[in-house]
Amino acid sequence: MERPLTEHIKAGKGPLSIEEYEKSGGYAAVKKILKDMNPKEVQKLVKDSDLKGRGGAGFSTGMKWSFVPMGDGAPPGDVYLVANGDEMEPGTFKDRVLLEGNPHQLIEGMIITGYAIGATKAYIFLRWAYKTAAKITVKAIKEAYEAGYLGKNIQNSGYSLELSVHTSVGRYICGEETALLNSLEGKRATPRAKPPFPQVSGLFGRPTIVNNIETLSNIPHIINKGAQWFKDLSATGEGGTKLYGVSGRVKKPAIWELPLGTSMREIIEEHAGGMSDGYKFRGALPGGASTDFLIEDHMDVAMDYKHTMEAGSRLGTGTLIILDDKTCPVGMVHNLEHFFAQESCGWCTPCREGLPWTEKILNSIEEGEGQMSDLDLLEFHTTALGPGNTFCALAPGAMEPLQSALKYFRDDFVQHINDKKCPWRS
Amino acid sequence: MPKIIVDGIEYEVEENKNLLEACLSLGLDLPYFCWHPAMHSVGSCRQCAVTMYKDENDKHGKLTMACMQPVSDGLRISIKDEQSAKFREHVIEWLMTNHPHDCPVCDEGGECHLQDMTVMAGHTYRNHRYKKRTHNNQYLGPFINHEMNRCIQCYRCVRFYRDYADGHDFDVFASKNHVYFGRSEEGTLENEFSGNLVEVCPTGVFTDKTLKQHYTRKWDLTNAPSICHNCSAGCNIITGERYGTVRRVLSRYNSKVNGYFLCDRGRFGYEWVNSDKRITQPLIKNAQNGHQEKSTKEEIIKKVSELISSPKVIGIGSAQNSLEANFSLRKLVGKENFFNGLSESNNKLQQTILNILTNGKVRTPSLKEVEDFDSVFILGEDVTNTAPMLALALRQSVKLKPKAIADGLKIPVWNDAAVREAAQDEKGPLYIAAVTRTKLSNIAKETFTTAPAGIARIGFAVANIINNDSPAVNNLSDQEKEFVSFVADNLKSAKKPLIVSGFGAESEDVIHAAYNIALALHGGNKEAGITLTFPEVNSAGLAMMEVKSLDDAIEKIESGKAETLVIIENNLYRNNPKEKIDALFEKVKNIIVFSTIENDTTLKADYVIPIGSFAESDGTVVNNEGRAQRFYQCKLPDGEIPESWRYVSEISKSAQIDYFASLNTFDDFINSLIKELPQFGGIQNAAPPSGYRKVGQKIPREPHRFSGRTSINAAENVSEPKPPEDPDSPFTFTMEGYHGEPPTTAVPFYWSPGWNSVQSINKYQIEVGGELHDGDPGVRLIEVNGENGLSFFTEIPEKFEYDKNKWLIVPLYHIYGSEEKSNESKAIKERIPEPYVALCKKDYEEFDLNGEKKIKLHINKKEFAFPVKTIDDLPSGIIGYPSGIPGMPFTEMNTFTKVEKLH
Repeated sequence: MERPLTEHIKAGKGPLSIEEYEKSGGYAAVKKILKDMNPKEVQKLVKDSDLKGRGGAGFSTGMKWSFVPMGDGAPPGDVYLVANGDEMEPGTFKDRVLLEGNPHQLIEGMIITGYAIGATKAYIFLRWAYKTAAKITVKAIKEAYEAGYLGKNIQNSGYSLELSVHTSVGRYICGEETALLNSLEGKRATPRAKPPFPQVSGLFGRPTIVNNIETLSNIPHIINKGAQWFKDLSATGEGGTKLYGVSGRVKKPAIWELPLGTSMREIIEEHAGGMSDGYKFRGALPGGASTDFLIEDHMDVAMDYKHTMEAGSRLGTGTLIILDDKTCPVGMVHNLEHFFAQESCGWCTPCREGLPWTEKILNSIEEGEGQMSDLDLLEFHTTALGPGNTFCALAPGAMEPLQSALKYFRDDFVQHINDKKCPWRS
Repeated sequence: MPKIIVDGIEYEVEENKNLLEACLSLGLDLPYFCWHPAMHSVGSCRQCAVTMYKDENDKHGKLTMACMQPVSDGLRISIKDEQSAKFREHVIEWLMTNHPHDCPVCDEGGECHLQDMTVMAGHTYRNHRYKKRTHNNQYLGPFINHEMNRCIQCYRCVRFYRDYADGHDFDVFASKNHVYFGRSEEGTLENEFSGNLVEVCPTGVFTDKTLKQHYTRKWDLTNAPSICHNCSAGCNIITGERYGTVRRVLSRYNSKVNGYFLCDRGRFGYEWVNSDKRITQPLIKNAQNGHQEKSTKEEIIKKVSELISSPKVIGIGSAQNSLEANFSLRKLVGKENFFNGLSESNNKLQQTILNILTNGKVRTPSLKEVEDFDSVFILGEDVTNTAPMLALALRQSVKLKPKAIADGLKIPVWNDAAVREAAQDEKGPLYIAAVTRTKLSNIAKETFTTAPAGIARIGFAVANIINNDSPAVNNLSDQEKEFVSFVADNLKSAKKPLIVSGFGAESEDVIHAAYNIALALHGGNKEAGITLTFPEVNSAGLAMMEVKSLDDAIEKIESGKAETLVIIENNLYRNNPKEKIDALFEKVKNIIVFSTIENDTTLKADYVIPIGSFAESDGTVVNNEGRAQRFYQCKLPDGEIPESWRYVSEISKSAQIDYFASLNTFDDFINSLIKELPQFGGIQNAAPPSGYRKVGQKIPREPHRFSGRTSINAAENVSEPKPPEDPDSPFTFTMEGYHGEPPTTAVPFYWSPGWNSVQSINKYQIEVGGELHDGDPGVRLIEVNGENGLSFFTEIPEKFEYDKNKWLIVPLYHIYGSEEKSNESKAIKERIPEPYVALCKKDYEEFDLNGEKKIKLHINKKEFAFPVKTIDDLPSGIIGYPSGIPGMPFTEMNTFTKVEKLH
């Protein structure tokens, strides 16, 4: 089984230096495109590979790039590329592995992407807590500059790209691409209305592409080995491998690079070693905190974009959070809604006021002060805070674990309310 | 025009609008908070949700926020459907989770947009049963009260303060449901337009602190349409009264003048009307002891009418009073005996401005039109402090070019956050030449500081580059040349260049230079404009009356041709040297002063006659654009203090002057004024006449919910007194009258069923944010004089040379302090600077002042010591002298003085 993204990453060994990376075939893709391909060809190749955004939304990467105005009609001035490394989705730590393990893979992906969209400046936007990753990427960028992969006239191609690291001060909303751009500009991290899309008016009002770290790390391999190779990597035809992770009470919580579309059963039972002794599986959030629960019935669902959607959830970041039978689902959802309420930027009404309300309701249910009508209020919020009703996707995402918990674990909620206490507490 | 379908009914709507604007313009009620017609859409509150359908077969539809949805042909929506109606109801429910529900003790109650929208959206039952979050409030200075718990986070305040008015000391802090709108630390809000937060805030977070001192509900105010009297811009206001005192001023919408906003001097400078210094009874000087003793109206009319029957009477009018008041005095004394109380040089300056306005070839835009000019050059005028709303308009004009960037990206102009994002910090060209950097310098491409002569020389040089028919300037420095060529290039490349100047520099040369540039730009495919300020609300109107200067009046008195002096609302000491006025008063036999308020001039008078202020009078004033606008009394003046024109008329009738016999009502005065002075033809149309009736009824000054009228006097008499009559205006002093929409040219208060807040203005406009139903108030009296107008001025002043024995005094202006009447308002008083004089750091050091805090100045041959402060960019050899600050004597500006060390 091929693991292009993580092949050279060895746990505990630290990042690949530029020499090690080059030795493993690194920067060949950059040299190739600068010599043999024009930006449109790079875009087409990536589009053909069917690479989808690994940040959670799953939008075609090549398609996204194609919206950047290029050629004669393009307004003169800077074009930006931003790598979104604000990995703050609860339960998610896949980008960290790539950042800390193989920073040059990301940098190479960014140079290629920059070339494809005509970017002049690029930023790696890092989560506040990723201090090690920040150190590693800063060092790697320096190496890349020294080796002539960044800066003016890269490899005598005439193409120039400046790259730097920006460490965030730590807000979940910065993972939302337009809030990220505001934050990068030094403004309040509130999302922007779309349209205009960042491809037209993004960072500093200029055309901008924001891609996830994992997405960008895939690019050099697609260039080197082709679109068809990439497509063939997946188990279900959606293209590529995926970093899957498992956290919760399993025997071996970790991250693995597996073919996209590997089943949930295989991930949990084979790779994570199954549930810890004495714990039973009750459900999982398949792609971070802002995805719907899947339960035992979904064990054989192929974890790709299409099939998770059909199962009523989303692939999201592909990092599973497991709910076991000794953990209170109400408490778990309460914890999540506390997080989302804290992380609301305060811009739009439903999110700013609705999330704290659901948090308070869940708290009262857990504390034995819930009422049956509270379930109606929770249900109401799961639809009222849906996509389109709020300004961005934060609140709709926050409602996904809640709505599915109400669906699959309703009895637990009812028991809390009837017994006037949390059954998991002594 | 695109057609949209709302709840099954097809409507034609304006192109390039968003759906919310379109619905509101159609008169449909759709609740909103974050959208504002002057600040557009950001989509944050989610209150204006509607259901949008793909086509007629789509039965479910999808919620969309109307404010963020562009209108397009065939757009099909529903406002009435359950889905969107429920959602809007829930948005209110969310907003209410933390709102304190303290309407009974909230100043906003009764005119609260949140109350209106809550009722409109239908939220009644509270489901949230948890604690509310609370905030600390901040002290924000004497104007604004802060009550953060009421906040519903619509972000309008911060968008107005920072994005619209370019303020810096106010922001939004924190996040989630703890977002906080205020200052980084307690303290006075420094922006000159902070008072608009009161109207922009949809609830009671920011309320009028001056109103709080004498609080009255909106429904208990007796209101009148009025004109701000605190500068020459002529912003439209609403004054509100209760129990004999003026309680507050609100902005009155005028799409040609001030739009939705006011400056803080305009909004909070009204309090002098209630001041203890108001003259409430006639005073007559006791010939024996020289004391002014209280008299009666009858007595003073009798005595004064005897005096004015003599042929040796002259009159001094007032730029702070109406055309009608000035006309009545002019008529009483005769036009050859009518003066304006200004020195010959100041008079000439104002006549020059008027001459350019009436005889120039270049059009003067209205205040609101200023926002549409794409390149601006300001010469010598500190507009933020002399005509603040002009500064706010200029701040919008520099945002035009950035909007073009957004336009290029196909971002609609109403998508406010996106427009700002695309434009970044890009600003349209604004250049300033002034004696020192002004507040507008922070948005200017460049500010060149030099003496007034230097400003004029730069102006002439710019004009010469653009059109060499305008005379050339010799001996410019390299720095000057560079600035001149920048400015000239920019103005030349503009489509609509605007030149701004005015009375502020007190230099005729500067005004001449400004006109030359405007004229040089005029013609071709350019639409050049010139905006010149006057010092006072009716300076333009008074100047139009062919009035003569004080120097001419003095000559009349000295030559014995006059022995009785009648002054209306003019404190001569404010605009003239003390010695000059003292000498004048020595020589006059009888001094009769009509005045609203006690001042140095009334203290010298033999007869003091109290008159109604702008809040107690009807009248017409002409602003710096030449726009005649009507103001009406919101309260009936006390019997002893009628309007000045009525008092003059009563005295004249008593003196049996024939002309006044037939002048009874306000309309009579207007009609005879037009007949006598045809240049004022049209002022009768500035507002509806007294005979105006709607469905046979007058317009009530009081809302129909006015309470307690019958009980106000119940302690004294159970039978209600007859309500006062008003023969002069179309208004009643009560709530009786026509309850529908009043004529939009004279709106006493904004109200519409379901819309109790100022947001009800929507209901008075043809399109929201546009013109009013019956047109906007006011009439422009002056239009450009075609191609036969004034040609280039040719006299170029000499270069200003530094001379350490001769210091040039130049005026510095303060929004709070440089205007006479507002200086007597309580809240404004807290903001007036202490006396000072300024010089540049280099001069201060060369003076070897060794840390001295004061310096000595020779003013009118007397020595005065003033605290000294340094202003870095003031040119060397110049003393900056604050204009009109209490505690500082009048001095002629642009004259030389001697400066000495105190010790």
